[in-house]
Amino acid sequence: MPEIPEKLSSTLDILDSIPDRTERIQLLIDIAERFKDVPPRIAHRPFPEEHRVPACESEAFVWGEPRPDGTLDFHFAVENPQGISAKAMAVLLGDSLSGAPLEQVAAVPQDIVYRVFGRELSMGKSMGLMGMVSMVNNLAKKQRGFALQST
Amino acid sequence: MSEIESRGYVHPEVLVSTEWVASHLDDPAIRIVESNEDPLLYSSGHLPGAVEVDWTRDLNDPVRRDYLGRDGFEALMRRIGATRDTTVVFYGDRNNWWATYAYWVFQLFGHDKAKIMDGGRIKWVNEGRTLTRDIPAYPPSDYRAAERDDERIRAFRDEVLRHVETKGQLIDVRSPAEYTGERLHMPDYPNEGALRGGHIPGAANVPWARAINAEDGTFKTAEELRAIYEAEAGLKREDDVIVYCRIGERSSHTWFVLTHLLGYKKVRNYDGSWTEWGNLVGVPIER
Repeated sequence: MPEIPEKLSSTLDILDSIPDRTERIQLLIDIAERFKDVPPRIAHRPFPEEHRVPACESEAFVWGEPRPDGTLDFHFAVENPQGISAKAMAVLLGDSLSGAPLEQVAAVPQDIVYRVFGRELSMGKSMGLMGMVSMVNNLAKKQRGFALQST
Repeated sequence: MSEIESRGYVHPEVLVSTEWVASHLDDPAIRIVESNEDPLLYSSGHLPGAVEVDWTRDLNDPVRRDYLGRDGFEALMRRIGATRDTTVVFYGDRNNWWATYAYWVFQLFGHDKAKIMDGGRIKWVNEGRTLTRDIPAYPPSDYRAAERDDERIRAFRDEVLRHVETKGQLIDVRSPAEYTGERLHMPDYPNEGALRGGHIPGAANVPWARAINAEDGTFKTAEELRAIYEAEAGLKREDDVIVYCRIGERSSHTWFVLTHLLGYKKVRNYDGSWTEWGNLVGVPIER
């Protein structure tokens, strides 16, 4: 079983170390404020449907941009201006999984959303956030398959 | 006549505008409540003086699948400093989807001094009105709640089954892909918490957000709503109607529209919804 990518593991450990809900929420808001929209070199609106995150009510989109070493940089768009949790998740995934080994990225468990946000998520919200992880998993799987075919 | 009154609702008094709320921020008879799907939104900035009522932490029993009981509701109202005479004004994200859910739960305890801010959080923000991160503190009240009344506006599975058998009116407010069961079987979609896809037999599909003007999040006029729910879906004001979605949250929005804006006398929200019906053994399903 591949391990969780090192940077993501460190981020989750930091969040685990903050039991106070208010403090954790404040940290996640600060993280969301670092959100940057997908760069124009990658995509323009209207975004293609194949990049839309399944089940995400915040209308999130995800792209993977290959690096020279074959790993991916992840880029996101969140079309709902109130989608602050989706923005926080996008920053966390983008920062901690870009450049990580594809095998590990493909195996990141979707339930990390509960380690990030706590158990008090609505079903719809957790599905949307898990959909972001699932989309990143799938992009890594696809890129890995492509890399294996090229060798 | 106010702009809201001019829309022809049967009970326009349940809606207030953002302007009205802005002029009542310091009114001690009003308690403004933000209720969101997104757990970070309230802390990122809210209406001055608004308290948060969180669906998972504040309105649900922490162990079994049910809403809080009388003691829990009393504790909640005492915490936010509301009395039986306090008018609670709800607003939130997702076109007030969660605000109407909280409103509906409050009605289970008979707190009928309650209103919804038309347009919700996004309208307030888009109008450039003030948000704050200051968390207000109110003196605890001595609120005494009535017992929760599940008869009037809440439906349980056995009642829904009888409703199906007697060809009662049902409205499924989920998306068309959920209604047909297609979404449950789409690759890469997270599990929706149900073993079967489809809808309750006889239910008409009217996605909840059709009641909203997409441009500003306000409710459509009564005439526009009647065109959707009556001309299209075939409802009549005297009908006994049950609404449902996945867990009863989106359908509380439609419950609000039918009950208050169109004046239907008997509308119940089936909060077991598809996560219950789609897992029940032996009940009929349509696709």
